[in-house]
Amino acid sequence: MNLRKSLTIILVGSLYLMSFSAYAELSIQITQGSDNPIPIAVVPFSWQGNGVLSEDISQIVMNDLEQVGEFSPLSRSNMLSMPSEEQEVFYRDWRILAQDYLLVGKIDRTSGSQLVQVQYEFFDINREIKLAGEVLTGSVTQLRDIAHEISNVVFEQVTGTRGAFTSEILYVVADYVNPERTNFRLEKADYDGQRAQILLESVEPIMSPSWSPTGRDVAYVSFETDLPRIYIQNIATGERRQITNYPNLNSSPEFSPDGTKLAMVLSKDGSPDIYVQDLTTNQLTRITDHPLIDTEPSWTADSKSIVFMSERTGQPQIYQIDLGASSFEVERLTYDCFQCLNGMFLPDGVNLVHVRRETRQDPDYQIAVLNIETLRVISLTSTSLDESPSIAPNGSMIMYATKFNGRGVLDAVSIDGMVRFRLPSTQGDVREPAWSPFLN
Amino acid sequence: MTKKSIQTIKMGLMAISLFALVACSSTSDTEEGAMGEEGSSGSGSSTASSARTNAGSTSGQLTQEEIRAENALRQTVFYFDFDIAEFKPADRETLTFHARHLAANSGERIRLEGHADERGTREYNLALGERRANSILNYLIVNGASRSQIEVVSYGEEQPAQAGQSDNAYSRNRRVEVVAR
Repeated sequence: MNLRKSLTIILVGSLYLMSFSAYAELSIQITQGSDNPIPIAVVPFSWQGNGVLSEDISQIVMNDLEQVGEFSPLSRSNMLSMPSEEQEVFYRDWRILAQDYLLVGKIDRTSGSQLVQVQYEFFDINREIKLAGEVLTGSVTQLRDIAHEISNVVFEQVTGTRGAFTSEILYVVADYVNPERTNFRLEKADYDGQRAQILLESVEPIMSPSWSPTGRDVAYVSFETDLPRIYIQNIATGERRQITNYPNLNSSPEFSPDGTKLAMVLSKDGSPDIYVQDLTTNQLTRITDHPLIDTEPSWTADSKSIVFMSERTGQPQIYQIDLGASSFEVERLTYDCFQCLNGMFLPDGVNLVHVRRETRQDPDYQIAVLNIETLRVISLTSTSLDESPSIAPNGSMIMYATKFNGRGVLDAVSIDGMVRFRLPSTQGDVREPAWSPFLN
Repeated sequence: MTKKSIQTIKMGLMAISLFALVACSSTSDTEEGAMGEEGSSGSGSSTASSARTNAGSTSGQLTQEEIRAENALRQTVFYFDFDIAEFKPADRETLTFHARHLAANSGERIRLEGHADERGTREYNLALGERRANSILNYLIVNGASRSQIEVVSYGEEQPAQAGQSDNAYSRNRRVEVVAR
């Protein structure tokens, strides 16, 4: 038997299997795409090694690009040729198919090791130039990471914005075992819900996961002692320490972007107020002092101010407090809603993502963005139980928790409201997404 | 928490504390009367009538007041209106009995567990649950309980009594539970 021919059969067979398995585990559902997506061809990467690779890199890149909505990847079955490197590329083949961009690549195994080398090249069809290309080396278990890295390059080349495909998410799952028992899990996964890992399990509630700016630690609230207390856990080692043990409510931990402080909510002095704990000296500073509820702190990018929700004018509204001055000055940011809660700035420092209830009559809570300079409000969601917005590190999308068919799910929406995708829960109620900072 | 064991303990404590309660309530009869009138809810009047039958059939040693106290202490869940952190006026009388019971039994400890329905953000609901529990805490203290007897914890919307998005589920979830420790 002709060796080359049998190899080809194996290769074709494995490609089929690979794409099948990639579809089978694809958990994201794109619920709404962009009006005018950019056509892009992602050719299956050729594989020079033996056996079947566990991941289909080009399929992961296609999924990545499709999810964020700006792109419309060409179906493989419509491709006229399947080049794997520059010398095999004929721009005409892709112009006929009305493609703007082309990604090709090949995967080699370093003989006698578990390392693979992934070479990719990215082309602009209209200008007939190569925009990017490199060889990435990693172990066979890192194919998914390599794929997401390639997606980052493609995204940045086309949009000018840094890609967030290598970012991760934290979230809480509540599994109702029976009426007396709910299992709570803190999980971490890739931004697309893949490769989920359990960081903590408890029969008591877990709340408010928050990333440290390095992505190494997570702060959260656990009721494991029967009382809500704040913990910080190293994600890689699982090592953790209890940060607070103040009377009453201890909640809402948020690392400052410079990593030196942890904002939190304590009601040890009566009602919930905002405090900041210095993570090196452990010194605790009270930031707000009001007899009504102050909660949901979030930091501005310079670590100098905190945005928070307060009931000081009767209903929840969003305020900002400057930590630099000797006396803390409070500025009100929201006015035109019955309740505005859980505010946080986009990286631009001008657009405030928040949860909004427009009127007293309709208790619908939705995600919106307020431009604090123009005061224009854009509503991003239209369901009624939307909460816990979290911003992608590049500011392009917001992930939030909502209900679908009575179950808690995570949805994501682009900042212009054009693109939406959903991470369906496999089991239980999924809630409180926290999108990581850039991790590399 | 096992609800049954708590109830058993509670019944035991109740028997012990009833004598103390008699002494207590006799001093504040007038106040109690006023409470009964303004806070007369449907459930209050029905328990009173069923208690009357009980009183007749048993040894007859329990006074109306004692029976009301016993019934009041059996109510350990207090429901709240949407967006409201203050307990319902109809629960005032029942809570007065709880306060007196604590005052008369300084060794007894309770935990007030505040809850909210799922509407609104989780952190706000956590704070709201605490405020609901505090509204009961303050009332119990004003009526004779000691602060050290009572622990307050809020679960926010994390532990609904009933799943689902119906108004009925929501009204059951906006609550404060009195749990013996």
